[in-house]
Amino acid sequence: MQTLDLSEIGLREVNKTLHAQAENTNQTAWTIENARGSHAIACGLDAPIEVTVKGSTGYYCGGMNQQATINVHGSAGPGTGENIMSGKIVIEGDASQYLGATGHGGLIVVKGNASSRCGISMKGVNIVVQGNIGHMSAFMGQSGNLVVLGDAGDALGDSCYEARFFVRGSVKSLGADCEKKEMRPEHIEFLKEILAEAGLDADPSEFTRYGSARNLYNFDVDNAGAY
Amino acid sequence: MNKHDPRGIPHTTPRQSATFTQDINSDIRRAAATGIYDIRGGGAKRKVPSFDDLLFMGASISRYPLEGYREKCDTNVTIGGLHAENPIELDIPVTIAGMSFGALSGPAKEALGRGASAAGTSTTTGDGGMTPEERGHSSKLVYQYLPSRYGMNPNDLRKADAIEIVVGQGAKPGGGGMLLGQKISDRVAEMRNLPKGIDQRSACRHPDWTGPDDLEIKILELREITGWKVPIYVKVAGARPYYDTTLAVKAGADAVVLDGMQGGTAATQDVFIEHVGQPTLAIVRPAVKALQDLGMHRKVSLILSGGIRSGADVAKAMALGADAVAIGTAALIALGDNDPKWEAEYNKLGTTAGAYDDWHEGQDPAGITTQDPDLMARFDPIEGGRRLKNYLKVMTLEAQTIARACGKNHLHNLEPEDLVALTMEAAAMAQVPLCGTDWYPGKPGTSY
Repeated sequence: MQTLDLSEIGLREVNKTLHAQAENTNQTAWTIENARGSHAIACGLDAPIEVTVKGSTGYYCGGMNQQATINVHGSAGPGTGENIMSGKIVIEGDASQYLGATGHGGLIVVKGNASSRCGISMKGVNIVVQGNIGHMSAFMGQSGNLVVLGDAGDALGDSCYEARFFVRGSVKSLGADCEKKEMRPEHIEFLKEILAEAGLDADPSEFTRYGSARNLYNFDVDNAGAY
Repeated sequence: MNKHDPRGIPHTTPRQSATFTQDINSDIRRAAATGIYDIRGGGAKRKVPSFDDLLFMGASISRYPLEGYREKCDTNVTIGGLHAENPIELDIPVTIAGMSFGALSGPAKEALGRGASAAGTSTTTGDGGMTPEERGHSSKLVYQYLPSRYGMNPNDLRKADAIEIVVGQGAKPGGGGMLLGQKISDRVAEMRNLPKGIDQRSACRHPDWTGPDDLEIKILELREITGWKVPIYVKVAGARPYYDTTLAVKAGADAVVLDGMQGGTAATQDVFIEHVGQPTLAIVRPAVKALQDLGMHRKVSLILSGGIRSGADVAKAMALGADAVAIGTAALIALGDNDPKWEAEYNKLGTTAGAYDDWHEGQDPAGITTQDPDLMARFDPIEGGRRLKNYLKVMTLEAQTIARACGKNHLHNLEPEDLVALTMEAAAMAQVPLCGTDWYPGKPGTSY
């Protein structure tokens, strides 16, 4: 286990050290101490390493992550895991706005709640939130899955494309062009797998699926008000 | 005897309304028939005060010129020396603005890369990500970081020579993009992670930051991810140039790209293009003032765009304080867009060469703003690249001609004192004297 003290060596040195880890590095386990809400911690990683961040993080922790597993032992600030490509980010506490924004792949797990615009413009990432999520979540979501064990706020999935949303609790309101969908066996199967991967226990049959009604895909003057 | 009036009462000439012109009436009829606003490409077509309203004074007894064929007049420019380990070094101060693969064909993007590289300047990606052709043919490539983040990935980000965070665009300050279904080919759909053939909407605001304080953190993140190696530009529309420039500098930008309302777009509402934003001439002095007030002029670069067409425009932009310019529409015309040789086909589309602006429909006779394989095949990227290189060279030679005439051995040495204005409006906007006077509107200390 390698330990990096952020308050001692500074952000540049922390990220530089993690960026220097090659595909076949032997030093696969890293701990970052004294995170103290700093921004851009462990962003742009691209190696199969496991990074544990002690404390809460600021904006963009794990931004654009590839391959790495990042555990935040605290709460995470806005834009955590933005544009994640692969790998995994696990947040023990709560997550602020824009969690996993535009993420293309990989998995983000939040043990607490996630704030507004969770999964905004998601492009393939899977996000699992044990608690609730805020308003405008998955706005313009293109692909990937947002799984919520708690409740969703207003305007879920507004203007979404092909992203899928699974909510166990209530949905305060659906956004434009987002509708309730049928749960088919493949969706139950998917939920079993993703919940296992996220290490969370829930009954897949209790979830409701939502997704695009596809009414805004090609312009129709009768839908003009929904744009 | 008036044949329409048997009583012989004089008939008035049929009079067209200055308010309800034929153009306006056709807009109303189109709206009434369709129920949807008009979408088109390009920039503002209305007449606005422009660089054409400025003149250089040239040499005189008090200012002597440089010998055109003997004495040097340098044109190189460095962008991003402030924070980046590897600033961009350009041979000429004319860059190619961001235009997407999707809006343009792959070969058209390739031609932009070829022409820019041959002329010693940079080209820029667009909404839709970086294509291998474009990276391969561009010696210096600026990667646009846009609200939609279509095709955005860290591997491409690290391949870029600079990053341009797009906040706004002169054609549509505050507007997002759109790409109609006709242009969402398999390849475009895959790059953007969208279903094929849908009408794609792009967001107008970044998904993970709002405001100047967030922008500063976003720039920090991008620098951390790219190891502080490459310059970071911030592109804004000509909306509030003094404050936008100030805030971009405060956020840590290496360069501010400022785009006036004549700047083009691939597709947006006509009403947006014509009625939101400010003319390019009007935005440069406030931006330069912001840089000067911060002690950052010539440290943070100012790249001006929006209707730049000639070496005269380049020289005027630089005299007013810009470090470089960017061209988009002009570059497309150099490649062959709106060429009269396709007139018969423009006619079939209900338009004429020079007026064709339905770039979003993907039926471009010149094969540039399309994803249709047959139309694309009309365009030769090698020939296109050569034409762009020629055009860039001519612009540079023209700017040098003017600079030498003003006695300047580098384009950067051009200054507002070299200019006069033809109109009161231009004098006020450029803050240079009206021809034949020593005065411009708002000039301090001249009221006796």
